[in-house]
Amino acid sequence: MRFGVVVFPGSNCEMDCYYVIDKVLREDVDYVWHQQTDVSSYDCLVLPGGFSYGDYLRCGAIARFSPVMEAVAAFAREGGLVIGICNGFQILLEAGLLPGAMLRNTSLSFICRFVNVRVENTDSPWTNAARPGQVLRIPIAHGEGNYTADKATHDRLVGEGRIVLRYCDEDGEPTGTSNPNGSLDNIAGICNEGFNVFGLMPHPERASEDTLGSTDGLLLWESVMAHYRGRG
Amino acid sequence: MAELYQELGLTEDEYRDIILLLGREPSKVELGMYSLMWSEHCSYKSSKMVLSQLPTRASYVLQGPGENAGIIDIGGGLAVVFKMESHNHPSAVEPYQGAATGIGGIVRDIFTMGARPIACLDPLRFGTLDSPRMRYLFGGVIAGIAGYGNCLGIPTVGGDIYFDECYEGNILVNVMCIGIMPKGNLIRGQATGVGNAVVLMGNRTGRDGIGGASILASQEFDETSQEKRPSVQVGDPFTEKLLIEACLELLEKELLVGLQDLGAAGISCACSETAARGGVGMKIDLEQVPLREEMDPFEIMISESQERMLAIVEPEKLDEVLGVCERWGLNAVVIGEVTEGDTLEISWYGEKVVEVPASSLASGPVYDRPAERPAYLDEVQSFDASTLDHPSDLNRVLLDLVSGPNLCDKRMVYEQYDHMVQLNTVVYPGSDAGVLRVKGTSKALAVSCDGNSRYVYLDPYAGTQIVVAEAARNVVAAGGVPMALTNCLNFGNPERPDIFWQFKESVRGLADAARHLELPVVSGNVSFYNESFGTSIYPTPVMGMVGLIGNLAHRRTIAFPEEGLLVVMLGDTKDELGGSEYLKLIHDMVAGRPPEIDLRMEKGVQTTCIEGIRRGIILSAHDCSEGGAAVALLECCCGDGIGASLDVETGLAPIGWLFGESQSRFVVTLREEDLESLRVLADTRGVPLHVLGRTGGDRLVINDWIDLAVGEMRSAREGALEELLKG
Repeated sequence: MRFGVVVFPGSNCEMDCYYVIDKVLREDVDYVWHQQTDVSSYDCLVLPGGFSYGDYLRCGAIARFSPVMEAVAAFAREGGLVIGICNGFQILLEAGLLPGAMLRNTSLSFICRFVNVRVENTDSPWTNAARPGQVLRIPIAHGEGNYTADKATHDRLVGEGRIVLRYCDEDGEPTGTSNPNGSLDNIAGICNEGFNVFGLMPHPERASEDTLGSTDGLLLWESVMAHYRGRG
Repeated sequence: MAELYQELGLTEDEYRDIILLLGREPSKVELGMYSLMWSEHCSYKSSKMVLSQLPTRASYVLQGPGENAGIIDIGGGLAVVFKMESHNHPSAVEPYQGAATGIGGIVRDIFTMGARPIACLDPLRFGTLDSPRMRYLFGGVIAGIAGYGNCLGIPTVGGDIYFDECYEGNILVNVMCIGIMPKGNLIRGQATGVGNAVVLMGNRTGRDGIGGASILASQEFDETSQEKRPSVQVGDPFTEKLLIEACLELLEKELLVGLQDLGAAGISCACSETAARGGVGMKIDLEQVPLREEMDPFEIMISESQERMLAIVEPEKLDEVLGVCERWGLNAVVIGEVTEGDTLEISWYGEKVVEVPASSLASGPVYDRPAERPAYLDEVQSFDASTLDHPSDLNRVLLDLVSGPNLCDKRMVYEQYDHMVQLNTVVYPGSDAGVLRVKGTSKALAVSCDGNSRYVYLDPYAGTQIVVAEAARNVVAAGGVPMALTNCLNFGNPERPDIFWQFKESVRGLADAARHLELPVVSGNVSFYNESFGTSIYPTPVMGMVGLIGNLAHRRTIAFPEEGLLVVMLGDTKDELGGSEYLKLIHDMVAGRPPEIDLRMEKGVQTTCIEGIRRGIILSAHDCSEGGAAVALLECCCGDGIGASLDVETGLAPIGWLFGESQSRFVVTLREEDLESLRVLADTRGVPLHVLGRTGGDRLVINDWIDLAVGEMRSAREGALEELLKG
């Protein structure tokens, strides 16, 4: 399986994603420069975390105009697998590849810590290796992860099972205190209608090795690899 | 000119020296350059002589003081680059930008040497949180560090925070950065090769920060300080991130001869230092400098606009260099060339505005300032702790200590910093030291910073030895062998004999401790004039320590790892309440002598601990510092929520054993069957070993002195800072 990790000016988790795909998953991986317009050789595109264009104006607002984003959109339209992590999620929202928008965390501060998220739907390319309701311990690191959407959008997300991850407590309850940023309905990750585009605030690449304290993030990577192989 | 030199902070003698040097009156631009380069901040004119006694060499030191940062060899072809700096005065005037640009500056010092920055640590000192102003400064500094550091993708893995009235008018914001590189990437900040191009990269030059760092850092605070807000530079972390990537790519491709960041004194400093280090001259066409606004040559030469780098490039590689910069969306223009001789020649649209020997700027005056023992010392040292009335509820004392500002949990601070990015952080903030794995090897780095200024105030010589010893001890507790140190020496006005005496004594203590513990000082920074309205801060030398963990499996944290382990104290506890957090928080006193420090014992205790960890005997380790053994034990319990039952045999009064801050002590855990092995390790080094009891349960019980549930202890220390910030 061949991954492409998109590099925008100001991305800062691209090397982490590359490292995990290369050294832990042992899959093929390249960097995709933001000015590149052909992404056809990849099986999965990763939009990594960071501060693309300094997050100036608004997170992801400038990155969506990068030349590569047209190619990413076309790739997604064809059913290509796209995962946006943190800033990558914000860019997917700004680009309209996922619905909704991000507000600042209710604390108004950046938050970096491990959180628990519950797998709400295992029938997706990104979560098929997880048990329904499984609680994953994965870090977040963001200042703007307070997901919001209008009621119609939220209803659709719920109805179509597109809320894939919710912040929860250790027992899997999506409580108010377990929600680190105030996001609507404890939303931590959502998919598009076709489930081939996935955006999430937690960083699975930071929870993919025992040495770093959790391997729960591996479940997401392994899911997409299983999905690809099953299809392939 | 006569009025101008005074306004620029030069003395009459210094002005006369400049005239002698040049054989004529300096031009306005030249005078501006000398005033900055000869400022205390850039020239170290008051500290240079004193600092020369520091040990700086070891077989593994690749670069000691004098460059942008120090470098040590960690084997396997890898080198570690690190340095600490202050950004005190800018942060006191404008906390967010002051702290942010402090991060920017120290990070540039690291990648300037060719290394990728892999971690930052931030020692911070504030006044008490009672005043809205101090809460504003605190919030602004933390947000500035987070805003800049998080954007760069460099994890902030440690630091320390103290609150004390002495920082009320002059907070301290010290910043440390660590980088790693293949040894072959090492590049120095020097210009060589006559005819090579001088390339200015990064941000345009503007009027922000005109004389910022050097002017602000070289005088005390008074009622005019707020007017200096325009002297504080404004940070642009996005451009800095692009500069990091572009510079590392240029070095990777071997396209550069020399690289230098622009910090204090801007272009003046970068040009004169690179030329002086390379033993060459330089010719600069100032009109080539990209500007944000209309500026005259004087302003351009002294502007401290951020995120700029100076590269020395061979002409045939110039196109490729400019191409890499363009790809990263960075400005890069040729502003001059390297010339023969020693002359720095600067012209402005063909008119020569500067012609001076580059080395004369880079090597400023040197002063041997008068020093005199301050009178306060006799008074504070004569204090007799036996006259105190101690409270009887020891549980209450312990809970009060750990819910106080200095010892409470700092999670709400470090969770605002991305401490995980780059996937190297294997021990998070909150333990004795941060631990970073070195990818592609089995090694790890243990990094910490320390500086209890109360001890240094009470005895600058012994207090500074303690600061060095404790920084090393923190690295040891994490399983690392301390390798080398950097520092930031924060003091008052060096022109005052009592302050200069503190400085001299402190550096003497630093030198002696570093020599005994075999720790070369590879980089550092001096920050003087930390005074407001004539009152100095406590002398505050802060140490940054880097240690090597040979095998990642040997990393340790402070948390009691499992039930049923023996809890052992390495080192002796003496009757020493002087300078303690207990005296300060419970009795509101800063008095006595700091705890005794015996460097030979310190070394013995440290090597016993390292050996015990390496052999797999010691399973967790925590050094005893502020708050004494009781606070250390509480922190061990709170880590993973495992309690302990301890039976302490001592001749000391309970208060003395629990809260005294005797040095050279670790609380460690081990299996019972390993006790004899540890005893052998300790005995051969003459280190006292005391079995205190066992881990287990969910309470910390010490004799009939302390009996507290882990939950109660946790809630006392967690959330305390948030409460204090509510005012």
